[in-house]
Amino acid sequence: MPTLKLKVNGYDYKVEAEPTTTLLEVLRNKLLITGPKVGCNTGDCGACSVLLNGRLVKSCITNALATDGSEVVTVEGLAESGELHPLQKAFYEHYGAQCGFCTPGMLMAAKALLEENPAPTREEIKEGLSGNLCRCTGYVKIIDAVMAAAQEMREKTEKEQS
Amino acid sequence: MAFKTVGHREKRYDGLAHVTGETRYVDDIFVPGILVTKVLRSSVAKGQVRNIDISGAERLPGVVGVITNEDVPNMHQDQPVLASSIRYKGEPIAAVAAVDEDTALEAISKIKVDIEEEEAVFDPLEAMKAGAPKVRPEGNLYMYGEYPFRKVVFGDVGAGLKEADYVIEGEYFHPALEHAPIEPWASLAVPEADGRLTVYTMAQSLHLTLGWLADVLHMEPDDIRFIKWAWRTRQSGITSLSDIKYIGGINGGAFGGKLDIQADHIPAILALKTGRPVKWRWTREEDLLYSIYRGAWHIKIKDGVKKDGRIVARQVRSIRDAGAYTLFNPYAVEKHCFLATGPYFIPNVYVEGYCVYTNKTPACAMRGFGITPSTFAIEVQMNKIARELGIDPWELRFINAYHNGDQTATRHVLDSVYLIEAMQALAKKAGVKLPDKLMAMTSAERSKQ
Repeated sequence: MPTLKLKVNGYDYKVEAEPTTTLLEVLRNKLLITGPKVGCNTGDCGACSVLLNGRLVKSCITNALATDGSEVVTVEGLAESGELHPLQKAFYEHYGAQCGFCTPGMLMAAKALLEENPAPTREEIKEGLSGNLCRCTGYVKIIDAVMAAAQEMREKTEKEQS
Repeated sequence: MAFKTVGHREKRYDGLAHVTGETRYVDDIFVPGILVTKVLRSSVAKGQVRNIDISGAERLPGVVGVITNEDVPNMHQDQPVLASSIRYKGEPIAAVAAVDEDTALEAISKIKVDIEEEEAVFDPLEAMKAGAPKVRPEGNLYMYGEYPFRKVVFGDVGAGLKEADYVIEGEYFHPALEHAPIEPWASLAVPEADGRLTVYTMAQSLHLTLGWLADVLHMEPDDIRFIKWAWRTRQSGITSLSDIKYIGGINGGAFGGKLDIQADHIPAILALKTGRPVKWRWTREEDLLYSIYRGAWHIKIKDGVKKDGRIVARQVRSIRDAGAYTLFNPYAVEKHCFLATGPYFIPNVYVEGYCVYTNKTPACAMRGFGITPSTFAIEVQMNKIARELGIDPWELRFINAYHNGDQTATRHVLDSVYLIEAMQALAKKAGVKLPDKLMAMTSAERSKQ
C-alpha cells in the first residue's frame, strides 16, 4: 500500500493509504483524529472541513495520497499553548454550538474566512460559511460568534501593533 | 431571593468539549477488532422473500458474519429487524459484518434474494378505501380500542354548526419532513470480557430504547441459534436489561428523529453472533430515505362561526400517513386530536384522527409530534375565518382565546392561561398597534370580566 507523509496539528505522521482513501478516512480511521466528522461523505455538509496548507477543504472529498507532504489543521489544532482560539471562545460564549456535530467544521470555515477578511459583515459571514450546514442553531448564534471573534482578533492585532 | 441560574447567562455544560472537538459521538468511538456493517435493503415496496442465499457473502474473505430474519431473536414491536415479508422499499433484509467497508459492500452484492412482488399502496386516502391492498394483515387502520380512529367529543357539534351564522371549511396538507441531523445514524456494539454487551447509542431516550433493545435481543439460554454463536463462549445470553450496558446521551442532532432503535439492533445481533465489536454507520442517502421522519397529514376542518367572530363548533377529520409500521404514529395522532382546537375555546367539538398504514418508510416522532401540523392547519384556518368575516386576524384570536377557568375539549379546566397577554406583548414587539379594547383584555376568568 502506498504511504504518505502528513503534518497534522504540528505533528508528523507517516500513514498507508489506498488510492481511493480520503483525507477524512486517514484523519479519523488511521490517526484517530475525530474532530472532523462524517456527515454526508459527498462534500455537501461541511462537517469534515479542515485546513490543508492553509486552504479550507472538505476532507471527505479530498484524495489522501494527493495530500502527500501537506500540512493539515483540524479543530484539535486550533487552540494554541493551552489557550482557546478566539473563535472557539466566541462559539462557546455566544452559543454557536448546540449539538456540536457541525462545530469542528464550522470553526475551520470561520478561521479560513477571518484570515481572508478580518472584518466581515454579517452577509459576508453567511457567504463564507455557506458550505457548512447546521440543523440546530438557525445560524444566528453562529454569525454572532464569528462577529465577536473577528472583533476580538482585530483588537488584539491593533494592540500588538501599537 | 437570589437565584443562581435565573437571570444569568449560563454556558452549555458540554460547550467547551464541542468547540475543542473533544466531544465523542458514537462514530468517534474506536475499539480493537472492530467490524463494519452494511445492510441489504429491499428493492420493492411490498412483497415476500421466497428465497435468500447468503453463501456467496459468507464465503468472501474478510466477512465474519451474515444475518437474516432467522437470526433475529425477536421483533421490535410490530417491526421485524430483518424482514422476510416486505412492507416498504429500503426495508432491511440481511446484514453483514466484515473487516472493512469495501468488503462489507462486496458481501452485500453477493447475497441472492428472490422477492415475490405484491401490489403496494402509497396514498393514505387510497389505503383507507375498502379493497385497498393490505399493508399489514390486520388492515390499514390502527385501531384505538374498537374505533379505527381516535375520537374527541365535546358538547354537541351538530347543534353548534346549526347555531352558527357561517360554516367555514378548510382542507390542509402537511408534507412529510425529515429531521436530517448532520450526524447520520450510527451504533457500536461491543461484547465485553465480563459477558455484558456494551452498546454505544445516539438514542434520544435511553431508558425507553434500552427496553426495546433488550426485547429484541432476549433469548433463552437453550436457543439453538444462540448455542452456535460465538457469544456463547462468554455468557448465558441477553436475558435481562442488566446484560446490556447502554452508553449514550450524546448525539449530533435529533429533533425527535432519534426516538427509536433504528441503528442499534442490527450491530448488536451481529456482535452476539460473531463475538466481535460491530459498528454500523448509515450513509447520508440511507439516513434521508430510510430513517424515521415526521409523517404527512391530511387535515379537514369545518368550523361554525357567529357573526361576532366566536367559533361555536369545530369538526375535524385528520389522517396521518404512518408508513409501514406503528412506532409513535398512534401517539402523534392522539396528541393531534387533543389539541385540535388550538389555544381557543370552542364549546362544541368533534374530532376523528386516523393513523393509516402505507407501503412507505415508517414515520415516527418529530418536534411536537402531531401538534405542529395541527397548529399549522388551525392558524391558517383562523386567517381564513378572519378574511371571510372581515374581522382583523389579531382580533379574531383575542375573541376566541382561552381564559382561565375554560374547559378544553379533553375536559381539562385551565389555569395559568396567558395567551391574551402574550399576544399583547408580541404586538408591541412587532410594532403592531392594536385597538385599546384588545390591549385592555386579560386572561382572567370570563365570570370576572
